[in-house]
Order: sequence, then structure tokens, then C-alpha cells
Amino acid sequence: MDPLDLVGAEPGPARTILFDGRPVPALPGRTLAAALWADGVLAWRTTRGGGRPRGAFCGIGQCFDCLATVNGRPNQRLCLLPAEHGDTVTTQEGHGRADLDV
Amino acid sequence: MPTSTSEPGDGSGAVYDLAVVGAGPAGLAAADAAAGFGLRVALVDAGSRLGGQYYRHPGPELGAARPGKLHHGWAVFARLCERLAASPLVDHLAGHHVWAVEAGVPGEQGRPWRLHATRGPGAADRAAVPARAVLLATGAHERHLPFPGWTLPGVVTAGGAQAMLKSSLVLPGRRVVVSGSGPLLLAAASSLVSAGAKVPAIVEATSYLGYARGLPVLAGNPAKLAEGASHGARLLRHGVRLRRGSAVVEAHGTDRVTAVTVARLDARWKPVPGSGRRIACDALAIGHGLVPQIELAAELGAETVTGPDGAVALKVDAEQRTSVPGLWAAGETCGVGGADLALAEGVLAAHAVAGRPAPARETAVRRRRRAFAALMAAAHVPGPDWTGWVTDDTDVCRCEEVPAGEIRAAVEELGAGDARTVKLLTRAGMGWCQGRMCGPAVARLSGGGAGRPDSRPLSCPVPLAQLAEPRD
Ligand code: FES
Repeated sequence: MDPLDLVGAEPGPARTILFDGRPVPALPGRTLAAALWADGVLAWRTTRGGGRPRGAFCGIGQCFDCLATVNGRPNQRLCLLPAEHGDTVTTQEGHGRADLDV
Repeated sequence: MPTSTSEPGDGSGAVYDLAVVGAGPAGLAAADAAAGFGLRVALVDAGSRLGGQYYRHPGPELGAARPGKLHHGWAVFARLCERLAASPLVDHLAGHHVWAVEAGVPGEQGRPWRLHATRGPGAADRAAVPARAVLLATGAHERHLPFPGWTLPGVVTAGGAQAMLKSSLVLPGRRVVVSGSGPLLLAAASSLVSAGAKVPAIVEATSYLGYARGLPVLAGNPAKLAEGASHGARLLRHGVRLRRGSAVVEAHGTDRVTAVTVARLDARWKPVPGSGRRIACDALAIGHGLVPQIELAAELGAETVTGPDGAVALKVDAEQRTSVPGLWAAGETCGVGGADLALAEGVLAAHAVAGRPAPARETAVRRRRRAFAALMAAAHVPGPDWTGWVTDDTDVCRCEEVPAGEIRAAVEELGAGDARTVKLLTRAGMGWCQGRMCGPAVARLSGGGAGRPDSRPLSCPVPLAQLAEPRD
């Protein structure tokens, strides 16, 4: 049994998102976090202090652990964003503003 | 039910009779009943679809033929959705996250309440919703107790695992240990196994003996017992083992969780030395019950009550009225008690707002379910010695990466005696989530109780640009 079978899901064709440059399939209706989970990816950020890996924790937009850079915008909560074709997700290091460092 | 595309409060002057915040069981029932009395209702919700956390379900693109398979009481939800869809009086304002409620003057036409909300998942836009009365049905969030390794990827909240499963049809792993305390664990484990995960163990910190003290209350709530029994039967069928009086005291792994250590607990929740057993897994779902989400009302100075488990809820009267005139509350916001209770309280609140007498059926449901909720909360109160498994280098505040050692030093060396002082000294609870994840743990490690929640002017992060824009 798999969650899709359980509810008799017949999703449309998967879209493709890029995670750190690698193509990952994303079923329509899934969030970016769910698409990564489905591909076995659990971490997409490293913390500001210890540089430790983090991914989704609460799954509902409250903990902010699932932040990553999406289409160039840092600090996006992947558990809330629907996966759109061509979205690029990059692992976010720290506060995600390395481009502003001088 | 029109789904609003135009901006509410855009100057067109429409003031709703009632704004309901939250489209879970309580909010849906309230909006439906209020519309039945002819009130114009704005159903304002942060989510993109009706249902809240309890009735969370996959988006239409996933083409689920049997979405009810992951739910209890799906028929009730389906019926409510149908009726709301047919009602011209209810506007569903989806993707609206209310960050502040501005009090109005009851009865005064010119001074309605105003709900300020961000719009869209990226909070890119904003809205202000005017209404003559407000009902908060904002639900609850989970309570967590930290342990070494709880920040590893693959450690998720029990509610979060369930939410991602219900809405995106995906599992965090194939072998998922479920751990913590409270009935949500059984519900989460039951969903996980029906969706194909292996659950090597449910680790429940209480002994469940607390329920024995409430036999008459249990007898008065056969539906709750039947629900528990149906989860139990499914778990048995899948060979899932319930370990009572135990806790996950460590999660192992470097980049992600690969195993956990489970230890037996004494009556005060102190791990019994030498009782640790290792269980291999690729995910761990954790949770210690729920805490009412009351920020919007707390900011308005609404009175609160503290439940048997120390959780603070909104105080309401027999008609679901808070202490703030014109502000009602229903469901978990008034104390965690489950979907049936929330549905009943939503209906009761709508009657009161419309000036109708309280219906007998809902009044009876509320009495029975509130008694059950009190029993449940008392049975799952965290024992005082759980802090024994929190090592000094365990991050307690996930956002700001504040380890327990720093909190202990603030208490022992700097004399902090409550969560607020600890926060100022260590930044614990000051990060993105604003203490939602670590609040109860920081309070306990600080030596104080949960106490009154901090009142915050904003209940969720709001882009500065929106605050800077001129007021509507
Ligand atoms: S997982 Fe908690 S905010 Fe996304």
C-alpha cells in the first residue's frame, strides 16, 4: 500500500522541479516539501549557527524549519508552496543572504 | 459560497455580520449555522482549502477518488462543504492569514471590527476584513518536549506527518516511530500504517492509568471510545506495538535520523537507567498533545483559563462569548477537545451571535466532550522529570539554536526565574516561530509554569512593506 493507492489517486503527469540543480518529479497538488519527501530528500537548509541540516518539521507553516531558496528568493516555507513546473529550489545556507555579504 | 477574488474591505463598504477566523470544524459549523440565520459571513482562513488541520485533504490535482480514507467523520465535512458552497451568504477568504484583530464597537455601525490579514502562501499581499462580530476558531498547535537529536531531518511532528499525508499523500519515511503523549499519536500512527508505512513502535509516555479514574466520563462518551478502538484495532492488525510509560530519549543519525533510543519512564517521567533500547527507523513523528492558539484574542486582553495540563485557553461563557464584547470563540481555541466538540461549539456560537437560544443537542455534546477533554488532558500531563533526558547540548529553541545548557546557565547563574527573562538572556523563543515550538519546554526549564502567553501585536510574520502601507 502507498498513500496514493489508499485514496485511489489519479494525479495528472508529474511536473519537474530542480533541487540543487537536479531534476525531481513533483506531482501536481503537492507542496515543494512533499515533492522532496517523496523523492527521499529530508533536508534543504543548514542552520545559521551550527550549519546543521534541517527540513520540514511541523508541515503546516508554523515552525519555519523548512525554509529554502525558491526561484532565487530565500526564506520560503516549502511546506506551504505548491510545486510548480520549473521551480528551482536551492539548499539555503544560514540566513540565505550570502549574496549580500561584503 | 463565493470565493472572494476582489479585495474585501477595498472601500466597497460591505461590512460582514460575522467574520469567522479558521475554517476547521468549529469555523465551518459556525459559518454554516450563521448563514442559516441569514447572517453575511466572511470565513477567513490561512489555508488554501476548507477543513483546517482536522479535515485537511488532497488538492483536486491529485485526483483522490476516496479522500475520506484518511479521515474520521468525512461525511460530516462533505455535507458542510456542500451547504456552504450553496450559500450565497458565506464568502470563503482562502489563503488569508489573520495577523491582528482590531476591536470594533458592538452595535455601532460606524465602528466595525477589522481583521488584518496577509494573502497568499508567500504573504505577498494583504487584506482588511470589516465585520460587526468576530468568532475565533483558530484551533491549536502541537506541544513538543525536546530530546537529543530532535532537530535531525526526519524527525517531524505527529500532526505534521499527518498533515503532509492528508494533503500531499506522502510519507516522511518507510519506517516511522511515533512518540510522545496523547491520543493524536494513535490517530497519526493509524494513518501512517494505513498509508503503507511500517510503525515499529508507538512510544507513549503516560501509563494510561489516568483514564481509569474517569470511568463515568468514558462511559458518557461512547463515540470517543469507538474512535480509539478503531485506531487500536487497525494498529493491532498491523502488529504495531504500543509501549506505554516510555519515551524516545535520543534520536541518532548525522544527516538524518536512522534510529532512536527508547527508555522506560518512572512515574515522574524520569528515564529508568539501563532501560534504553535502540529501534531502527528512517523517520520519527513526535508530539505531546495540543495547545490552543489564542494569540489574536490574548492581544485584545481576553480572559483565559488554564487547563489540567497547564495549557492556556480562551475563557468563554455558555454561549461561547469571550470576555471581550463582540468577540466569540469556539473549538480548540477554548481548550483542546476534538472535532465533535468543535462542531458543537461552532453551532452554539452562531446561535448566540444571531441572538437565538442555545440548541439542546449541542449543549449536551459540549458538556460530555468537555468532561472527556479534561480527563484526557489530566491523563497526559507531562511528568515533572522529563527534563532529565535533555542534555546540556540539546537545542531547545530550534530557530535560534539555543541549547539547554544556556537556558540552565541563565537560570542557575544569572537568576532568571521565568521564560520571559530566559528569552531576553538567551534568545530562546525569539526566532521565526515565536516560541510556538519551544515555549512549553523553555517555560519548564526556566522553572516557571506556562503562565499567560506573551501577547504579541502580530500573530504571524508580516512583510514590513505591508505594515508600512497606509491603513485601509
Ligand atoms: S515545516 Fe514547519 S513551517 Fe514548514
